[in-house]
Amino acid sequence: MDEQDISLALQQQVLDAFQNKTPLAITGGGSKSFLGRTAVHAQPIDISKHRGIVEYDPCELVLTARSGTPLQEIEAALAEAGQMLAFEPPHFGDSATLGGTIACALSGPRRPYSGSARDFVLGCQMLNGRGEILRFGGQVMKNVAGYDVSRLMVGTYGTLGILLETSLKVLPRPAASITVASECSAAEAIASMSGLLGKPYPVDGACYHGDRCYVRISGSAQAVKEARTRIAGDVVADAEKFWHALREHELPFFRHPSLSGKARLYRIMVKPATPPLSIEGSWLLDWGGAQRWLRSDEDIATLRRRVELAGGHVTVFRGGDRDEEIFQPLSGPLLTIHQRLKASFDPKNIFNRGRLYADL
Amino acid sequence: MDVIFPYMPLEFYTRVNYYACLHASRSHTSHPQPVTGVPLPHNRKNDVALNIGLLRALRSLLPPESVLVDAEDMRPFECDGLAVYRQLPMVVVLPETIEQVQCIMRLCHAQQVPVVARGAGTGLSGGALPLADGVLLSLAKFKRILSIDPHNAMATVQPGVRNLAISEAAATYGMYYAPDPSSQIACTIGGNVAENSGGVHCLKYGLTVHNILMLKVVTMEGDLLTIGAETLDSPGYDLLALMTGSEGMLGIIVEVTVKLLAKPERAQVVLAAFDDVVKAGEAVGAIISAGIIPAGLEMMDNLAIQAAEDFVHAGYPRDAEAILLCELDGTHAEVSEYIATVRKILTGSGATEVRTAVDEAERQLFWKGRKSAFPAVGRISPDYYCMDGTIPRRQLPHVLRRISEMSAEYGLAVANVFHAGDGNLHPLILFDANKPGELERTEEYGRRILQLCVEVGGTITGEHGVGIEKIDQMCLQFNNTELAQFHAVKAAFDPSGLLNPGKAVPTLPRCAEFGAMHVHHGKLSHPELERF
Ligand SMILES: Cc1cc2nc3c(=O)[nH]c(=O)nc-3n(C[C@H](O)[C@H](O)[C@H](O)COP(=O)(O)OP(=O)(O)OC[C@H]3O[C@@H](n4cnc5c(N)ncnc54)[C@H](O)[C@@H]3O)c2cc1C
Repeated sequence: MDEQDISLALQQQVLDAFQNKTPLAITGGGSKSFLGRTAVHAQPIDISKHRGIVEYDPCELVLTARSGTPLQEIEAALAEAGQMLAFEPPHFGDSATLGGTIACALSGPRRPYSGSARDFVLGCQMLNGRGEILRFGGQVMKNVAGYDVSRLMVGTYGTLGILLETSLKVLPRPAASITVASECSAAEAIASMSGLLGKPYPVDGACYHGDRCYVRISGSAQAVKEARTRIAGDVVADAEKFWHALREHELPFFRHPSLSGKARLYRIMVKPATPPLSIEGSWLLDWGGAQRWLRSDEDIATLRRRVELAGGHVTVFRGGDRDEEIFQPLSGPLLTIHQRLKASFDPKNIFNRGRLYADL
Repeated sequence: MDVIFPYMPLEFYTRVNYYACLHASRSHTSHPQPVTGVPLPHNRKNDVALNIGLLRALRSLLPPESVLVDAEDMRPFECDGLAVYRQLPMVVVLPETIEQVQCIMRLCHAQQVPVVARGAGTGLSGGALPLADGVLLSLAKFKRILSIDPHNAMATVQPGVRNLAISEAAATYGMYYAPDPSSQIACTIGGNVAENSGGVHCLKYGLTVHNILMLKVVTMEGDLLTIGAETLDSPGYDLLALMTGSEGMLGIIVEVTVKLLAKPERAQVVLAAFDDVVKAGEAVGAIISAGIIPAGLEMMDNLAIQAAEDFVHAGYPRDAEAILLCELDGTHAEVSEYIATVRKILTGSGATEVRTAVDEAERQLFWKGRKSAFPAVGRISPDYYCMDGTIPRRQLPHVLRRISEMSAEYGLAVANVFHAGDGNLHPLILFDANKPGELERTEEYGRRILQLCVEVGGTITGEHGVGIEKIDQMCLQFNNTELAQFHAVKAAFDPSGLLNPGKAVPTLPRCAEFGAMHVHHGKLSHPELERF
């Protein structure tokens, strides 16, 4: 483990870029370069060497690490103490870093039940577009001093600044976990997954894939045993592998040959109980029905109109034209606030220009 | 089972609040000015002609009973739960539709009149303190529950709906809204969002920020924004996180969509007594280290125990130096398993007594003692001042020792009640505002407690907000570039700076004036200098 604090070097690069109005492309491990829009051509600024776990006291349930720290290293340290990142972040490659995970706000199957990446962020240290090193939030569970800039940073795709360090709340790993699956239609799966939201069972994953509804139950040994008797389905062998493959997009569904052709992988967010949308393509429902993956040739404009009617939004996750709007466009007044916020952190618009939206 | 704690009658909170205001007014006549140590925000020039124009416009917009200008009518809005600060506004408005709020904001924006939003006024940091030349916008008439959707586990409500009312309405579906501030019978969801309020159950279920999905917000310019979504995430920046805890500085919240959770099948509380506060603190760490996240993990010290016993007879051991209340919830078997483990840990940590509530009534009673701790302390002292620092849990023994040393130094008693599980302290300093000099001493003592929290790597406020009360302590926790960034964030929403001006984020000149030693992120900037 080669720990290194290169924040002053990074700061100097940003100061120079600020001076010369040089656009910068923030890069970590590069595992998420396929996400988002094609940013404008820019000088890379590499944060992968800014790495190392700065502080971790299992008793406090808080871990602080530099942004370039590999996610694998963090998860290994946590596992050693019987703890975990409860938002179960996808890595999308061995080189995944903490910074990229937070900047892209990536959460896995446990997300609807224990919270998202942003829910576990307690504080951060960042470099803004003026080259100032700032700290927000902290290493404590509750903190309402000042605006919640550290959670604001989650999902900004590096457009507001460079995350140098993040403090996260971590949780104990559940003592036991099993997965049950049963055959059913998509409509039945949606009904039963959303029905579970009203039940006090320790469910921490629910997905519909290949005509089967999978439900993961995790908690104390007794809790799992008890819930098992109440949730229908056959116990799935090798369940850990299944959830891992789902999280990492390694299931055949995500590797379909059509994706290297005309088809795109769409991420569709709707209210979990929304009935199946009649849109041509192949579907996989995760997050208890709240996050739906669609492999389809349907064009984005038509798709967005349909999904908007259901109160949802669409991201072009893989494929398609990465110069188009990949994320759901914002309404006028909201876009204005986004632009003003961007200018407040990055007045010369040097960071990851265009990565999130063309106008940011 | 019932996870809600409707203990105090509603009047209790309003009474505390109004009485506090009245009490402060009375002391105002005996002392020329209740010294606060913090000057009130700078008020703009009052232009009489402009103000008359504004009032006329407001009256044409709202029914007569919704525009208050008489001092007597406005008195209840003069302060929030922190009654040492009080100020009558120019006018109080009570709109009841979003369109009315938009019109009021456009009017005020056009005339450059500041606006302060107000929910129930239970805030403890002076966040809803009016401005003499400003409009006080009360959301009291926004009290409808708009929809409850059990299939998607969410509810949409107006901002003036009381926290507890949401859970009461969701109970029909076996669901509830998790964050449960002790003031939940009175405080509004709009105020909760504005403060990012917590409660005794947020150790396991999170704060307000973790339990809301979408807001409708009216900007100072009168635009209506939808922030967040009914889906689990929304496109663009996470403005939902930014709005939460923004203390009415960024926009007026006019609608809130919250997450609902299934009520746990069973909840049990274990009470453990200790003859030493430090041992109780260590037991907290031991429970967490065992991989258990209790639904609630609260601590009270001897003075708080005595006060609570006198008040609600909760059955606490009076001679204990500290008690811990540890609530476990989940399915039947799960709770049984956890109770057995937790009892073992508590005994192993040196508890002198470990008691599991025998039934639901006793469980409710144990919580009643804790949840009424503030008012209980209010009964044994003419006044009390509630602090709200958060510290890393491992610092608990050190911080408690320092608080008690300072208590002796200032000659002021302190009762400690806190959310031990997440290190959020509520030292209650007992004082008598009618004794000359005591309020000033109390405030100085309070400031030193907050400074201590920052020194050990914590924060000046865990859940009550900065408001006007802790505005100077912000200079301890943040440096000038950070504060400047906060101002820039505010300007992105409110370029004219008319929303709740003077609160939450100090100006840089103010910090220079405050001139305190800068304790930044647990490090003193001049460690070589001797401290007072
Ligand atoms: C006895 C007692 C116990 C308490 N216990 C707790 C506790 O356990 N946990 C906790 O976190 N707090 C607690 N509090 C503090 C307080 O109840 C909370 O801060 C609460 O969220 C305030 O809600 P409110 O409706 O009274 O808001 P107010 O006091 O009216 O306002 C608070 C702030 O929010 C702003 N605001 C209010 N409504 C809106 C809106 N619609 N749009 C924009 N801004 C708005 C105001 O401008 C102000 O800055 C307690 C208070 C008391 C008196």
